Amino acid sequence: MTRRVLMNGNEAIAEAAIAAGCDAYFGYPITPQAELLEWMARRMPELGRAFVQAESELGAISMALGAAATGARVLVSSSSPGISLMAEGMSYLAGSELPLVLVNVMRGGPGLGSIQPSQSDYFQATKGHGHGDYRVPVLAPSSIAEAIELVPTAFEIAERYRTPVMVLADGIMGQAMEPVEPHFRTLPPCAPDWALTGARGRPPRVVRSLHLRAEDLEAHNRDLQAKFRAIEAAETRWAEEGLTDAEVAIVAYGTAARVARTAMARARQAGMSVGLFRPISLWPFPAAALRDLAPRLRAILVVELSAGQMVEDVRLAVEGRAPVLFHGRTGGMVPTPDEVVTALRRAFLVNQPAGESSFDAETDPLGLICAVGGRR
Amino acid sequence: MTATTGPRVATAAPRLIYRRPELLAEDSTHYCPGCGHGVVHRLVAEVLGELGLGPRTIAVAGVGCAVFAYDYLRLDFCEAPHGRAPAVATGIRRVRPDAFVLTYQGDGDMAAIGTAEIVHAAARGELITAIFVNNGVYGMTGGQMAPTTLLGQKTTSTPGGREAALHGYPLPITEMLALLPGVAYAARGSVVDPGAIGKTKAYLRKACEVQLAGAGFAIVEVISTCPVGWGMTPRESIDWLRDAVAEVYPPGVVVDRTKTVPVAPAPAAAGSEG
Repeated sequence: MTRRVLMNGNEAIAEAAIAAGCDAYFGYPITPQAELLEWMARRMPELGRAFVQAESELGAISMALGAAATGARVLVSSSSPGISLMAEGMSYLAGSELPLVLVNVMRGGPGLGSIQPSQSDYFQATKGHGHGDYRVPVLAPSSIAEAIELVPTAFEIAERYRTPVMVLADGIMGQAMEPVEPHFRTLPPCAPDWALTGARGRPPRVVRSLHLRAEDLEAHNRDLQAKFRAIEAAETRWAEEGLTDAEVAIVAYGTAARVARTAMARARQAGMSVGLFRPISLWPFPAAALRDLAPRLRAILVVELSAGQMVEDVRLAVEGRAPVLFHGRTGGMVPTPDEVVTALRRAFLVNQPAGESSFDAETDPLGLICAVGGRR
Repeated sequence: MTATTGPRVATAAPRLIYRRPELLAEDSTHYCPGCGHGVVHRLVAEVLGELGLGPRTIAVAGVGCAVFAYDYLRLDFCEAPHGRAPAVATGIRRVRPDAFVLTYQGDGDMAAIGTAEIVHAAARGELITAIFVNNGVYGMTGGQMAPTTLLGQKTTSTPGGREAALHGYPLPITEMLALLPGVAYAARGSVVDPGAIGKTKAYLRKACEVQLAGAGFAIVEVISTCPVGWGMTPRESIDWLRDAVAEVYPPGVVVDRTKTVPVAPAPAAAGSEG
């Protein structure tokens, strides 16, 4: 029998990165991811690997850029306000085509916000961070065990496509403890042929994102877009639970998916056939799978720890093939399973032929953010 | 090479007075006439060549006119976001202890947007050689005021001249960094004339040796010319550099702790500095 150990998500992510062969970690203290930095501060020097507590998140991501440019396997972590500062570096990493794994343990915003869990950085994670036409693969684990699986996957994607990859968690995932089987995956060392190592016996190499001639920059952008299409084709991930007989599907990721799973069980006990569609890669978003699923459903309920961000991608994906409802909490509040069941009851009231999707929004009597569809 | 005025004059042996350093690419630069970057590039190429460091150097280019240093210096180069070169260099240094790590920044890059990065790289005593070319303006964007702009100096963003009450005082970055115990060596050179250029080369060489000895952070500021940004002819810019700039930023060794600080051996194994 495998020995199970109690770990919090921050520590599990750190240890998974170490096992995957992470050469260097750069970070800056911020709640609720500080345990990740502290774990690395202890473990990396023990292993003779690099750890630097930077002067800022700008410094941390820039150090990571330098280390990544030499071909090192690099992990960086922060939480929402810090990710905003790292946006600069992410744009440069994407433009310079450097691999890196960045963990965002999301907290409530905007501004300094709160230190409580949130999913309000979905837009930031999936639609950009910094300036320029680029995409970053985003993996959203829903349990600590899944985080342990996805961290090495994130490094593999980063190195296969020469791109930064984000692991998107939230304050609950980061700080809650769960029993996990400590099966950490090890990756072979990487020695890429583009890395800066000193120009011994070969022409010099330059890691750059500057292309002053418009023709050159367009060609570079074309190459980047081709890479993003390849990532969309090969790296889209999602999980389905109880969807075969479902009339209503909940779409949720990360911590919200766990609340949704409990709500789904309660709803089924009450006779409602509910399933769960759980995006694991938020970009690329599993749009095609959701589009195929939608016509079989009476309605889709999106549940998020936000005022409604992923719901926009769900609506884009289903293109009106099913009504899309939303339930979310903000500011560090987490929806309860009973709230979600209430929202599901409303979803079952929507008895609308597939293909129409016009809604009236009405305020939830509980004062929750809950846009509810109904027949016009 | 030799001038002979008649059959009776003995011919001197040919004497080599100019050779392109191997690390300097065979290319003309994009720099404006009278700009000092070309001179500093050449000095860097000479010093690294003489110390045999080319094959193990990883250089970091800041943002500004000299971002294109990688077109002229035959070295592995990494671009940094604006101001972040010392942080990028820290990342390189920590995973490549066997590399020679060099940063090349202008004064807008280092003295304004990058103050946090340069101060903390210096405070950590990172084994980095930082080259800081100070020409007192943002050259690439059209000659706006930099933190290093002299009081009274007209720029495109101080059209009436820099006033302390409105724009603050010139920032003496090198003297500020010299206060930090992590800084093993700090010096300021100039490109004003051949004598000053020779001294600047000696400072650069020392700053490289400091890194090789593992003694700590080293910085060489070079006060330099930007005739276009200053609205001067190259000749006038040399006079201004000598008469006005050097008054505020006097050349010389600012601090040398290599004699007082015990010199640690250079790290040997990858990652051993973590």
